[in-house]
Amino acid sequence: MTIESPGGPSAATALLDVQRLRKVYEGKGRGVEAVRDLTFTVGAGELVCIVGPSGAGKTTLLRCVAGLLNSTSGKVVLEGRTVTGPPPGMAVVFQEYGRSLFPWMTVRQNVERPLKEKRVPKAERQRLVAEALDAVGLAGSHDAHPWQLSGGMQQRVAIARAVAYEPHILLMDEPFAAVDAQTRADLEDLVRALWKRLGVTVLFVTHDIDESVYLGQRVIVLSNSPTVVLEEVPIDLPDERDQLTTRSAARFTELRGHVYRLVQRAKDGHRPQD
Amino acid sequence: MSVMDAMRRFLLLVTVPALLVAAWWAATANSTDFFWPPLSKILGTFGETWFDGRFTADVLPSLARLLAGYLLALVIGAGLGVAIGSVRVLRAFLEPVLEFFRAIPSPVLVPVLMLFAGIGNGMKVLVIVSGCVWPILLNTVEGVRALDEVLRDTARCYRMRPHSRLVHLVLRGASPRIAAGARQALSIGIILMVISEMFAASNGLGFTIIQFQRSFSIPQMWSGIILLGLIGIALSAVFHLVEARALNWYTGLRRSQRES
Repeated sequence: MTIESPGGPSAATALLDVQRLRKVYEGKGRGVEAVRDLTFTVGAGELVCIVGPSGAGKTTLLRCVAGLLNSTSGKVVLEGRTVTGPPPGMAVVFQEYGRSLFPWMTVRQNVERPLKEKRVPKAERQRLVAEALDAVGLAGSHDAHPWQLSGGMQQRVAIARAVAYEPHILLMDEPFAAVDAQTRADLEDLVRALWKRLGVTVLFVTHDIDESVYLGQRVIVLSNSPTVVLEEVPIDLPDERDQLTTRSAARFTELRGHVYRLVQRAKDGHRPQD
Repeated sequence: MSVMDAMRRFLLLVTVPALLVAAWWAATANSTDFFWPPLSKILGTFGETWFDGRFTADVLPSLARLLAGYLLALVIGAGLGVAIGSVRVLRAFLEPVLEFFRAIPSPVLVPVLMLFAGIGNGMKVLVIVSGCVWPILLNTVEGVRALDEVLRDTARCYRMRPHSRLVHLVLRGASPRIAAGARQALSIGIILMVISEMFAASNGLGFTIIQFQRSFSIPQMWSGIILLGLIGIALSAVFHLVEARALNWYTGLRRSQRES
């Protein structure tokens, strides 16, 4: 079905293993098949981007992986365990930053809440919160409420919350779709930096082709709905990336063009022979 | 500037009440009408009527019953509201019944409640509960239903325990609506406090006012009505204070949404 990419992990070292995932939304009288057959793996420590045309079932896929949605068939295996509900060791950053932060909590309380749920001891908790907020550049905003911050800063809080949680896998669902272009570039670099520093596995869903190529070690291109994997594109750009040199590199343009053509074809309804 | 602002706010606050009192004072100054005594006479009897034993004998018991009934209604209303708002099946079953009970004016229940709960404090508290619970309950149901999906997902992803989900997500998230219901319930509660004391009571504000009425102590009766109004103002001020504290985040959020 899917071609294992040359640099991709084998099933043995895979942290996340998505096997023949299918999701049909049952409507009145008729079902809508959002995801037909998705199989891919993400290795420990990898940063994988998923890109596809809008309406490609990206969010459905992510919600299945996160255990927020039950699949119709197939399964999601995280660290050897089949996902049936939100697993421990997983953090999610949603697109709607304004709606995923608790408005009645301060920034600090927002970041600290999941740690309290994990019963992290107080001293450790305070250290993690301070470090995470420091890492996203919000050291001075501990006592602010989310709605007092700009959109980009709110998304930083959500990222800090995810990072402080010390997840094994970090899922990001079009996290920067609603922030302005400059903030977006900063946040992309922030994700790269945190990923390299913490060694966390990242699955990053986006509809932005440039973003997927700039961020990922591998880009999984989805077909249109009902979704299958169109192609896995290894991104052989140097590990040190920055907005200026990486984005102007010839190889970046090539890869971007390749992914772009794939997405265009996906929009036109092209599907692999199944 | 801030002193000027404070002055302005104070003036806005007191102008209309002052005008009304002045108008009342002027209109009744030379009144010889038995049922419409001069305001000066009413205010003259105020102190001796209420602060000569009746405050502890009548006013405090009334307020205690109001507080008990109100708090009970708050607990029952918010508790049931959370349950009904969270469980779809429960909602489907109960919503028509709730509308039915809500439509029944509580005062008509007083004779019925007397049959079951006697004529003591319990009955009066029950009357207050039976009226106050509905706005709180229905508002809580709406508040819980309107909780943001993304926020629910966030709570699930970070594996918030049922207890902390209840406290930190559901109750906090629904608190603006719960407060809106509680505000309506407060004025209903004051009305029912008086009404419950009009039947088979031996003390209380409502009881005393009715007694004055029946014994033609008209200035005293008027002073009781004024006292009721003052209690209403005081309770609503306390409510606002608590609400401003608890919903500080909500006013800020709303303001920031309006500005963006």
